[in-house]
Amino acid sequence: MSTAAFVVIAIITLAGALAAASLSKLIHAALCLVIAFVGIAAFFFLLGAEFVGLVQVFVYVGAVAVLIVFTILLTRPSDEKVGGFNWSGVVIAIAIFAGLIWAILGTPTLSIAAPHIEPLTVKRIGEALMTDYVWPLQCVGLLLTAALIGGLILVMEEKP
Amino acid sequence: MSGERVDQIFVVAKHWLLSLLDGAPLWVMPIASSLLNIAAVLGAFITLFALISVLERKILARIQNRYGPNRVGPFGLLQPLADGIKLLIKEDIVPLRADKIVHFIAPIMIAATAILALGVIPYGRNMTPFSIDGGILFFFAVGSTTELGVFMAGWGSNNKFSMLGAMRAIAQMVSYELPLLITVLPVIMIVGSLSADAIVAAQDGYTMAGVVPRWFVFTPWGAAAFILFFVSGLVESNRTPFDVPEGESEIVAGHMTEYSGFKYATFFLAEYFGMFAISGLAVTLFLGGWHAPISALQIIPSYVWFFAKLAVLLFVFIWIRGTLPRMRVDHVMRFAWTFMLPMAFTCILAAAVWHYQRGLAGWLWSLGIVGIIYLGLSHLLETKKKFAPRTYRFAE
Repeated sequence: MSTAAFVVIAIITLAGALAAASLSKLIHAALCLVIAFVGIAAFFFLLGAEFVGLVQVFVYVGAVAVLIVFTILLTRPSDEKVGGFNWSGVVIAIAIFAGLIWAILGTPTLSIAAPHIEPLTVKRIGEALMTDYVWPLQCVGLLLTAALIGGLILVMEEKP
Repeated sequence: MSGERVDQIFVVAKHWLLSLLDGAPLWVMPIASSLLNIAAVLGAFITLFALISVLERKILARIQNRYGPNRVGPFGLLQPLADGIKLLIKEDIVPLRADKIVHFIAPIMIAATAILALGVIPYGRNMTPFSIDGGILFFFAVGSTTELGVFMAGWGSNNKFSMLGAMRAIAQMVSYELPLLITVLPVIMIVGSLSADAIVAAQDGYTMAGVVPRWFVFTPWGAAAFILFFVSGLVESNRTPFDVPEGESEIVAGHMTEYSGFKYATFFLAEYFGMFAISGLAVTLFLGGWHAPISALQIIPSYVWFFAKLAVLLFVFIWIRGTLPRMRVDHVMRFAWTFMLPMAFTCILAAAVWHYQRGLAGWLWSLGIVGIIYLGLSHLLETKKKFAPRTYRFAE
C-alpha cells in the first residue's frame, strides 16, 4: 500500500519538477513547481510527519508559489519565451547534486528496520520550540521582522 | 437510549455499509471508508448549496420588498435544478488568446480546495470525516492554496479585468489571512491542541448552574475573536461588503469575467463551499461545535445542532449582503492592517490572561484588555473629516 503510494507520489513529484525545469513559459514552469511542492508534502504525510507536511503546503504552496508567480508577473511580459540552454544552471545543478550525494554517502548507514519512535505530534514540536529552541526561534522571528520592515521601507513612497 | 441511536444513525449506517465488505482484502477497508466519508460530505453540501442558493435569493428579495424566485416548484424551491440544467447546456466559451490549460484548471482547483477544507470539520458526535491531529492547520494550509487558483483564473483568461480582479482578490486574501489565523490562536492556546475534535470536546458542559454553555464565544476574548474571525471570513469568501474583487460596477466580474456556463457555476460552487467551510470552522471554534445550547436539549441529535448553527451563520452572511454597500478597495486593506491585526493580537493577550486567571476576575481582566484596546484603537483611527480636494493614489 505505502510502496504503491510512494511510487505514485514519486512519479508525480518528479514529473512536476521536470516540467518546471523544461517548460518554455515561465508561468507554466512556476505552476508545475507547485505540483512538485505538493508531492513533497505528500511524502511527509506518508512518513507520518503530518505537521511538516502541512507547513510545507502552507509555506511553499500558499506563500512561496504566490510570490514566485507575482515576481514573474511583475517583472516580464507574459508571453516572453525563455529558450536556450543555460550552462551555468547545469553547473549549479550538478554541484548541488554532488553535494547531496556526498552528504548522503557520508552519513552512517541506516538500519532498514527503524527503531520504534513516537509519532511526531504538533504538541511535541511546540514544546521543543518553546523550551530547548526558544532562542533560535526568537532570532528567526527578529530576522523576519527586520526583513518585513526592510521590505516596507523599500516600497514606501517618498513624501512629496 | 433511542435518542442516542438517532444521534449515531449515520455512524451506524456507515459501519453497516462497511460490514458488507468483510471478506475483502485488508487494504480495501480504509479506501472504502474514505470514499464513504467523501460521498457523505459532498452529498450533504451539494444539497445545502442548492438550498442556500435559492434561499439567498428569497431572503434578498424579502429585504428588498420583492417576491424572488417563485415559478419553479413550490415556493420556487426547484429553482436550483432549473439553474443547473441551464448552466450545463450553455455554450462553454474560452477566449482565443487565453492560456487554455490554466484557464481550464483554475475553477477545478478553487473548488477542490474549498471541498478539501470541509473534510476536517466535526459535524456531530463521532462524525468527523477525516480526524487528523493538525486538523485546524490542515484547514488553513488548504485554504491558503485558493490564492493560486484565483491567480490562475485571472492570468489564464488573458483579460485586463480578470487580472485586476485576481490581483485585488489575492491582495485582500493575503491581508486578511493574517487576522483570520491569529484569531484562531487564542482558542488553540486555551485548548492546547490543533485537533478540531479536541476543540469541540473542550467546549462541553455548562456553567452558571447549567444554563450558560461553555462555548468560547461567551468569554470576552472569544467574543472578540469570533467577530474578527467572522469579518475575516467574509473577506476570505469574497462576500459583500468585501466583494471588491468581483465588483460589477468596476471590473465586470473580476477573475470570473471570461468564464461561462458550467465553469462559472463551478466558481459559484467554490464560493459557497468556502462560505460553508469558514462558517463550519467558526461553529467549531467558537460556538461549541455540535454541542446543544441548553443541557435539556441534548436529546436532539448533535448534527442537527451543528447544521442549525451553520444555518444561522449563513443567514447572517446573506443578511449582511442585503444590508451593507461594497467597501472601497483601499479602505478594505487599511481596515485589515490598522484595526483587524492589532485587535487579533489583543485577543491573544486576553486569552493568555484568561489562561492564568479563570473565574470572574479573569473574565473582567480579559474584558478590560479587549475593551481598552478597542476604545484606544477606535480613538486613534477616528477620521477627522477634512474637506479638501480628493487625492488619488495609483499603483505604479
